[in-house]
Amino acid sequence: MTYTHSYIPLAAVMISLLGTIPITLSKRKPILRESWTLLISLGKFALIASMLPSVLSGQGFVWTFVDVLPGLPIAFRVDAMGMLFALVASFLWICTSFFSFGYLSKLKKHSKTRYYTSFSLAMSATIGVAFAANLLTMYMFYEILSLATYPLVTHDQDCRVRSAGRKYLSYIVGTSIMFALPAVIMTYMAVGSLDFTPGGILTGKASAPMLALIFCLFIAGFAKASIMPFHAWIPAAMVAPAPVSSFLHGVAVVKVGVFSILRVILDIFGPDLLRSLDYGVMLAYFVSFTILVASLVALTQDDLKRRLAYSTVGQLSYIVLGVALLTPHSTQGGILHIVMHAFGKITLFFCSGCIYVATHKRSISEMDGLGKQMPLTYAAFFIGALSIIGLPPMGGFISKWNLLLGTLEANQLPILVILLASSLLNAAYFLPIVYRGFFSNGTNEHVNEFRDVPYYCLVPMCVTALVSFVLFFYHSVFVQLAKIAAGS
Amino acid sequence: MTDLVSGIVAKYNYWIYVILMMIGLYAMIGKRNLVKKLLGMNIFQTAIILFFISMGVKRGAAIPILDKAGTLANGVDPVQILNPLPHVLMLTAIVVSVSVTGVALAVMIRIYREYGTLEEDEILEKLDR
Amino acid sequence: MNSYSNLHMYVMAVPLLSAFALNLMGRLSRYWVLPLTVGPLLFSTIGSVLVLVRVASEGAFSYTVGNWKPPYGIELLVDPLSSMMLLLISVIALIATFSANAWARREFPGREHLFFTLYLIQVAGMMGLVLTADAFNLYVLLEITSITTYGLIAMGKGRAPLASFNYIILGSIGACFYLLGVGYLYMITGSLNMADIARIIGTVNHGPALATAFAFVLVGLCIKMAFFPLHGWLPNAYSFAPTSASMMIAPLMTKVTIYLIVRVILSVFTPEYVFYTHQAVQSGMVWAASAAIICASSLALGQRELRRMFSYIIVAEVGYMVGGIWLANGQGMTGAVLHIVNDALMTLCLFLAAAAMSSRIGSLSFDNLNGLCRKMPLTMSAFVLAGLSIIGIPPTCGFFSKWYLLMGGIETGHWEFVAALLFSSLASVALFFRIIEFGYLRDMEDKQAEILFKATPSNEAPMMMLAPLLVSAASLILVGLSSGPIVRFVRTGILKFL
Repeated sequence: MTYTHSYIPLAAVMISLLGTIPITLSKRKPILRESWTLLISLGKFALIASMLPSVLSGQGFVWTFVDVLPGLPIAFRVDAMGMLFALVASFLWICTSFFSFGYLSKLKKHSKTRYYTSFSLAMSATIGVAFAANLLTMYMFYEILSLATYPLVTHDQDCRVRSAGRKYLSYIVGTSIMFALPAVIMTYMAVGSLDFTPGGILTGKASAPMLALIFCLFIAGFAKASIMPFHAWIPAAMVAPAPVSSFLHGVAVVKVGVFSILRVILDIFGPDLLRSLDYGVMLAYFVSFTILVASLVALTQDDLKRRLAYSTVGQLSYIVLGVALLTPHSTQGGILHIVMHAFGKITLFFCSGCIYVATHKRSISEMDGLGKQMPLTYAAFFIGALSIIGLPPMGGFISKWNLLLGTLEANQLPILVILLASSLLNAAYFLPIVYRGFFSNGTNEHVNEFRDVPYYCLVPMCVTALVSFVLFFYHSVFVQLAKIAAGS
Repeated sequence: MTDLVSGIVAKYNYWIYVILMMIGLYAMIGKRNLVKKLLGMNIFQTAIILFFISMGVKRGAAIPILDKAGTLANGVDPVQILNPLPHVLMLTAIVVSVSVTGVALAVMIRIYREYGTLEEDEILEKLDR
Repeated sequence: MNSYSNLHMYVMAVPLLSAFALNLMGRLSRYWVLPLTVGPLLFSTIGSVLVLVRVASEGAFSYTVGNWKPPYGIELLVDPLSSMMLLLISVIALIATFSANAWARREFPGREHLFFTLYLIQVAGMMGLVLTADAFNLYVLLEITSITTYGLIAMGKGRAPLASFNYIILGSIGACFYLLGVGYLYMITGSLNMADIARIIGTVNHGPALATAFAFVLVGLCIKMAFFPLHGWLPNAYSFAPTSASMMIAPLMTKVTIYLIVRVILSVFTPEYVFYTHQAVQSGMVWAASAAIICASSLALGQRELRRMFSYIIVAEVGYMVGGIWLANGQGMTGAVLHIVNDALMTLCLFLAAAAMSSRIGSLSFDNLNGLCRKMPLTMSAFVLAGLSIIGIPPTCGFFSKWYLLMGGIETGHWEFVAALLFSSLASVALFFRIIEFGYLRDMEDKQAEILFKATPSNEAPMMMLAPLLVSAASLILVGLSSGPIVRFVRTGILKFL
C-alpha cells in the first residue's frame, strides 16, 4: 500500500469539528440546525467516499501535523481498515441524524443543540480514530470521544442518569488512563515511534514479559471494546436516548474500542509476533468467555435495550476473536463483522426507538402482539436479528461464515463450537421477540396510547434493514477492503 | 569526652545561635498568641543574622574601616581586617526582617479590629461560631 | 544596541517603577489604574519575547548589574530557562490583570491603586527571581515577592488576614532556612555568585557542611512552594485570598519557587552532587513526591468549596514537578520544567474560571454550583477544558508534561511515581466530573436564579473577566500542540548541565 499526501483526511475529521460552530450558532432556528447537521454528515460521507476508489486500488493518503513529542506527530493515514470503519460510521451518521430529527421532536426533548453539537464532535473523534496514523493520535481521539459522548449519554439530565454517567466515565476514561496510557508510553520507550506499520513494530524490541505486560495493558485499557470484565458500562449507558444508544453504542463508540484493539494486534504487535508468542490464541479463548456469558446474560434481560446491549458485548468479542485467531479468513471475518454488526445492530436499536416513540414501552414482556400494530418495525427487527444471528440471506452470514472458516484454518475446534453455540443463543434471545410480537395476543392497553411514529424514524430503520439484506449480495467493496487490511 | 566538651566550648557562639533559633521556632509554632509568634519570628531571624556575622569574625582583626592615608601609603592586608561582606548582607537581611515585621503588625491590627483578640484559639472559636 | 542589551532589566524595572507611579497617580483618579498596570505589563511581555528570541538565536548570556564584575557584583543570567520563565510571568500577569481589575473594583472600591501597587511589585520581584544568578540576591527577591503576597492576601475579607499571618510565619521560616543554607555555602566557598560557588565546591573538600547547606536550602524552598507535608499555609492562603489576588498569585508563586529549585540544583549544587552523591535522598524525594501527589489528590476529593479544591490540586501538581526533578533523568527534568509552564497556564485558567463564576453566584461552595452549565456555558466550557488539562487529555498541554513525567518514571523504575501520577489523573477525573455533574445534571432553583442572574443581557460573566478566561483556555490547547518546539527549547537550557 502506497501513500500520498492529501488534505482530505484532515477535512474529513475537521468538517464535523468545525461544524459544531454553525450548529451551536443556529440554536434559535431548529430547521437550520437540523439542516446543518445533515449537510455536515453528507459532506463527511462524501469526503470519505471520495477516497474509496484510491484505497481499493492500493493508494492510501497521509497528512502529518507537527511533532508534538519527539518522533510523534499528530498524523492521519487512510488505509483499508480505517476506510472501512469510516465509511460505515459516516453513512450511519446520516441515518442516525434523520432518526434523531424524528425522535427528539416527537418526544419533545430539550437541549437539542447540545445534542447535535456533541454528536458532531463525537463523529469527528470517531473518524479521527479511524484515520489515526499512530498510537498517540488514536489515543487522543479515543479520549476526546469518551468526553464528547458524556453529554449524549447523560442527555436526560435526571438522577438515574447520574450514576450511569459516572459508571460510563469511570469504566471508559479510568481504564484508558490507568492501562492504555502506560501501554502507549512503554511501547514508545521500547520502539521509539508509535506509527502503525503492517506487521507490527514491536518485533525484537522488548523482552517477552514486557510484551505480555504491554499486551494485557492494551486489552484492559480499551474498555470501549467491552471485553469482560470491562463491559459494565454498556448496559448502564442504555439510559441514553435511543438514537444515541443506537449509534454510539451500537456503532461508533464500541467499534472504536475494537478498532483500537485491532490496530494494536495488526499494526503494533503484528500477527507474526503474536503467533510466535501464542498470545493470539490466548486472547481468542479469553474473549470466547465474553461471547458465551454475554449471550447467556442477554437471555435474562427483559428490558429490550439492555438485551441489545449484552448482545453487542458478545458481538464485539466476535470481532476481537476473529482477528485474534490470526488467520486470513478469520481476520477478514472479524473486520467484516464490524460492518455487518453495525448495520444489523443499528436496525435493532432503531426498532426499539420506534417502539418507545409509539408506546413508551421498554420491556419485552409488555410488547406482546405489538407486531400486528407495527408490522414494518417488527419486520425490520426480524431482518436485523437474522443478520446478527448470521443466517442467510442477510449480510451477517458473510462475516460469520468467514469466522467459522477461520476457526477451521486455525485448528481451534472448541472455538468453532463456541461460535455455533453462541449463534444458537443469539437466536434464542432475538427470535422470541419477533414471534411474540406477531403471534401473541397482547393486552388491549396499548391500543389507546399508540402514537404515530414519524417518517424520520421509520425511513432510516428501513434503510439500514435493507442494507443488511443487500450486503448479502453486494459485499465486494467491504470484502475487498477487509482482504487488503487482513492481508497486509 | 574532653574533646567533645572542648569542641562545644570552642564553638560556643554557634551553640548559642542554635538555641536562639530553637527558641524562635518554638515560639512561632508552639505559642498561641499572634504577637508572641511574631516575636519568635524575630528571634529566629536574629539568630540567623548573628550566625552570619560570626562568620566574618577573625581573632585580633581590625574593623573594616580604613584610614585613607595609611592605606594609600602602605596598602591593606585583608588577613588583618574583619570580613565586611556578611555585615553588608545582614544589613539587607535586617531590612527584610523589619519589612516582614511591619507587614505582620499591619495584618495583626486588621485581625484585632475584626476579632477583638490576638489569641489564636479565641479567634478560631469566633470563626467556628 | 545598548538599550537592547539591557532589555531584560527594563522588563523587570518598568513594572517596578510604574508601581510607584501607579500609587501616586491612582490617588488622583481611578482611571489611571488600568492603563498604568496594563501598559508596563504589555511592555514586559513584548520585551520578554524579544529577550527569548535573542536567547534562542544567540544562546545564553549573562549581565552584570552596575558593571561590577562577578563574583563581586550581582550577575543576572539570561538563558533558555529563565527567558521562558520571564515570558511566562509577564504573560500570565498581563492576562490576569484584566480580570483582577474588574474584581478589584468590586472588592476594594477606591483602593485599587494600592492593590495594583503590590501586584506590580510582586511581578517585578518574580521577574528578578528568575533572572538572578546570585544566591543572596535570590533571598532578597524571594522576600520581596513574599512580602507583597502577604500584603495582597491580607487585603481580603473574613479569614484572609489570619490566613495571611499564618503564611507570614511559615513563609519566613522557609526564607530563613534558605538564608541559613546560603550562609553555609558562603562559609564553604566565600562567594555568593552561583556559578562561582559551583566552581569552588568542585575544588574544596566539603564534607557535611555542603550537605547541611543543601538540606537547609531544600527545606526552605520546599516550605515556600508548599511541598507536602510543608504545605499547610497554602489552602487557607489561596482560598481566602481576595479573588483578584488569587488569580495572579496562584499560578505563579509556587511555580517560580520550583524554578528556583531547578536553578539551584543545576547551577549551584551540580546534578552530580545532588543526585548521585546522595542516592538515598534522591529516591527518598521521589517517594515523598509520590506520597505528596496521592495525599494532596485525596485531600482535594474531600473539599466542598471550589477554590479550596484548586489549592489542593496545586499541592498535588507541586508534587509532580518535585518528583520529576528528583527522578534524576532527562525525561523527568524535561517533564518537570514543561509542567511549570503548563501548570501555570492551567492554574490561571482555573482561577479565572472561579472568578468568573464567583462574579455571578458569589460563594463557590458546591451547593451553589447547581445548574451553572446552562447559565454560563462559556465559563463552564473553559473550566472543563482546564479540568481536562489537569486530568491529562490530549491535545491539552497537561497531557504532554504528564507524558514526559511518566516516561521518566518508567525509565528509572520509580513505579511508585508512575502509580501516583495515574492515581492523580483518576482523582482529577472524579473531581472535575463531580463539578460538571453539579453544573450540568442539577438545576438551579428558580428563586436563586432570579436573585443571582437579574435582568442582565447575558448570564455570563462580564467581558473583562470572560475574555482573559477564554484566552487562557485557548492557550492550553495551543501550548499543548506546540509542545514539540517548547521542549526542544527547554532542553537546550537543561542539557548543558546534565
